[in-house]
Amino acid sequence: MLTFENVTKIYSGSKKAVNNLNLQIEKGEFICFIGPSGCGKTTSMKMVNRLIEPTEGRILIDGKDIMKQNRVQMRREIGYVIQQIGLFPHMTISENITLVPKLLQWSKEKRRERAAELIKLVNLPEEYLDRYPQELSGGQQQRIGVLRALASNPPLILMDEPFGALDPITRDGLQEEFKDLQKRLGKTIVFVTHDMDEAIKLADRIVIMKDGEIVQVDTPDEILRNPANEFVESFIGKERLIQTKPDVTTVGQIMNKIPATVHKEETLSTAIQRMKEKRVDSLLVIGDDQTLEGYIDVEDIEENRKKSTLVGEIYETELYKVKEDSLIRDTIQKMLRRHTKYVPVVDEQNRLKGIVTRATLADLVYDSIWGDEDDN
Amino acid sequence: MDALIQFFQEQGSTLALKTWEHLYISLIAVLLGILVAVPVGILLTRINRAADTVIRIVSIIQTFPSLAILAFFIPILGVGKVPAIVALFFYSMLPILRNTYIGIKNTDRNLLEAGRGMGMTNTQLIFSVELPLAIPIIMAGVRVSTVYLIGWATLASFVGAGGLGDFIFDGLNLYQPELILAGAIPSTILALLADFILGKVEKKLTPTTKSTHYETA
Ligand SMILES: Nc1ncnc2c1ncn2[C@@H]1O[C@H](COP(=O)(O)OP(=O)(O)OP(=O)(O)O)[C@@H](O)[C@H]1O
Ligand SMILES: [Mg+2]
Repeated sequence: MLTFENVTKIYSGSKKAVNNLNLQIEKGEFICFIGPSGCGKTTSMKMVNRLIEPTEGRILIDGKDIMKQNRVQMRREIGYVIQQIGLFPHMTISENITLVPKLLQWSKEKRRERAAELIKLVNLPEEYLDRYPQELSGGQQQRIGVLRALASNPPLILMDEPFGALDPITRDGLQEEFKDLQKRLGKTIVFVTHDMDEAIKLADRIVIMKDGEIVQVDTPDEILRNPANEFVESFIGKERLIQTKPDVTTVGQIMNKIPATVHKEETLSTAIQRMKEKRVDSLLVIGDDQTLEGYIDVEDIEENRKKSTLVGEIYETELYKVKEDSLIRDTIQKMLRRHTKYVPVVDEQNRLKGIVTRATLADLVYDSIWGDEDDN
Repeated sequence: MDALIQFFQEQGSTLALKTWEHLYISLIAVLLGILVAVPVGILLTRINRAADTVIRIVSIIQTFPSLAILAFFIPILGVGKVPAIVALFFYSMLPILRNTYIGIKNTDRNLLEAGRGMGMTNTQLIFSVELPLAIPIIMAGVRVSTVYLIGWATLASFVGAGGLGDFIFDGLNLYQPELILAGAIPSTILALLADFILGKVEKKLTPTTKSTHYETA
């Protein structure tokens, strides 16, 4: 959808504001640019709608070089929201919202209709359409600012710290609202912010910049889990790294490392004996070298007791398993959804490493609720 | 009182004629001033470097004694209404030019960026954003210009352009203070009237930024 190819911007006489930027943004993606002041976020963004022109490199939208298109025409096809809101004080809300449609020469009726349709998206009453911007609160104005960018239904929207000027509560509400809106409308969004919370909350992928260069591009989870370097770590903030720990716990860290198993060459009576010893109703079936083959439970043995003697003849192979580095959070969700009582954990070679059972989860929940007090 | 009545009886029609001439000279000069100064002012906002120089030059012109300017145009344009109007036009330029320049220049940069970013052309930005928002400042310049010009237009009589200045000069030559008043009072009234009317025009032209009636939520 949007591609940066070796994009560099040098403002006359100064150092490189953006240095050799390479980035591929997919359709429907929500991308946040984040980084310290002056790192080139705004410059990168404004090069997309050519408010700033790159010194070197190319920017492509749907494979087409933006420098080869009509600048004015192209801008009308890209939504644009600025931090300072920038509503025109001498135009009504309706006129503000439908400015681009007007530039595109939509009829008056169609524009009015569109304005009414849009204002409903952000839960503002239709009467507001005839008001003027200064008669609205800051949060309401920024909602209108966002609607203005949506008016002609552009597939790509650029937003430069759109919620930066709002108080935290209003901002929070608008973020939720906007993320929801973006999902529903399937827009591709390039969003500049210097607020890590905001980026984590909104982004599908976060682009962390420093001194005009990309330091890391990843999903919020991945960035929290594997910050590329110290800069990213310090930028995320120690506090957040600790805070997010429960979220980034991996299965490997909490699994039971000695699951109850039976080798497929062993007999059914051995299996039933082991179940009794370990007080379980199911065993993981392994082959040579600890490879996970499947499982066998007490009913299987009961039904086949007369016909078979070896585990290998009757065990079930259909089973859901996870890798050691999977997130415990995701694993819990999947267990709950599948109504499974346990999940075996394997390594890359499918060797059994451990097991996560509902009991393990109970321990985890217990730790996260009471763990702090135990420590003290 | 008698003198006044007598004056009106003898000079009533001349007074009307002179007032008309006066108004005519000043208004044409102001109109020309607007027609030239507003576009030039806008143009200046687009070419940053030249702007200061131009404004400075016009300021200097403004400090020339008006009589000198009038005299300066006599050899070029002769005597009569034309040189008077040209001279006054020069005078009207500065306040309008400067206010236009400042008014447009002061447009909130964010609005310009929002407009440009949404795909407004330069012309669209000027006519639907910058000019409407600068109207109050530009109109203030026009008002000041007009009021000054109506005052200065009394000097036009010096180059034979007519107007209320004729009374004043006659009064000075003939030692008749009432003639001086006959020129000064109407020109003052004209100036006040012009200011009042332009105030109304300004209100009319200034775009609304508040809805007049809505239910409070
Ligand atoms: N018009 C300009 N002329 C010269 N230098 C500029 C211009 N705009 C930005 N810069 C410089 O380019 C660099 C990147 O600026 P940019 O505005 O992209 O940063 P940013 O990441 O958006 O910062 P912030 O978080 O403060 O908005 C900075 O060093 C800045 O000083
Ligand atoms: Mg910025």
